Amino acid sequence: MKIAKVIGTVVATVKDPSIKNLKILMIQPLDEQFKSDGDPLAAIDTVQAGPEDIVYYTMARESTLALPDPMSPVDAAITGIVDEVYLEDKGIVDREKIFA
Amino acid sequence: MILARVLGNVVATKKHPSYTGHKTLIVQPVDEYGNDTGTSFVACDSVQAGPGDVVLVEQEGNCARQILGTLKDPFHSVICGIVDRVKLEG
Repeated sequence: MKIAKVIGTVVATVKDPSIKNLKILMIQPLDEQFKSDGDPLAAIDTVQAGPEDIVYYTMARESTLALPDPMSPVDAAITGIVDEVYLEDKGIVDREKIFA
Repeated sequence: MILARVLGNVVATKKHPSYTGHKTLIVQPVDEYGNDTGTSFVACDSVQAGPGDVVLVEQEGNCARQILGTLKDPFHSVICGIVDRVKLEG
């Protein structure tokens, strides 16, 4: 699962019947500082996300489990709209003890 | 499984129904010496990990579903352990 930003939509009238009335969005994967991280990709939307939304998405086989038809040919599905990201980056607590 | 350190958590009210009740943490992979490698990603927590912890993250859906106990939910990466000690004898 990764955080991503919705940067557009994809319209495809001719497509696999199992993803017929599902919205396809273009998303740009982000890291924790909301900087671009990797190439944009197309993902099926399951939570009514819109442009400029920060979302998180799952990949691989698990993305099909978020869809009505679990056997649909999909490898990325948006499964949540992010409200907030709390970063408490205090490095590794007891780092010397753990990695002695 | 990989080693990672917890950076913080991700709050999302509008999400897939099976995610309710699971904490989603943002983690940064680390190598065997604790240095950052790769880029951060989001994982569901199953062991009450918090920021600053070194954790074991399972990045494979089937194990994720077995840990979280549901066979048809879209979980991909799950935190399944909090690391106390890494002993290298190589």
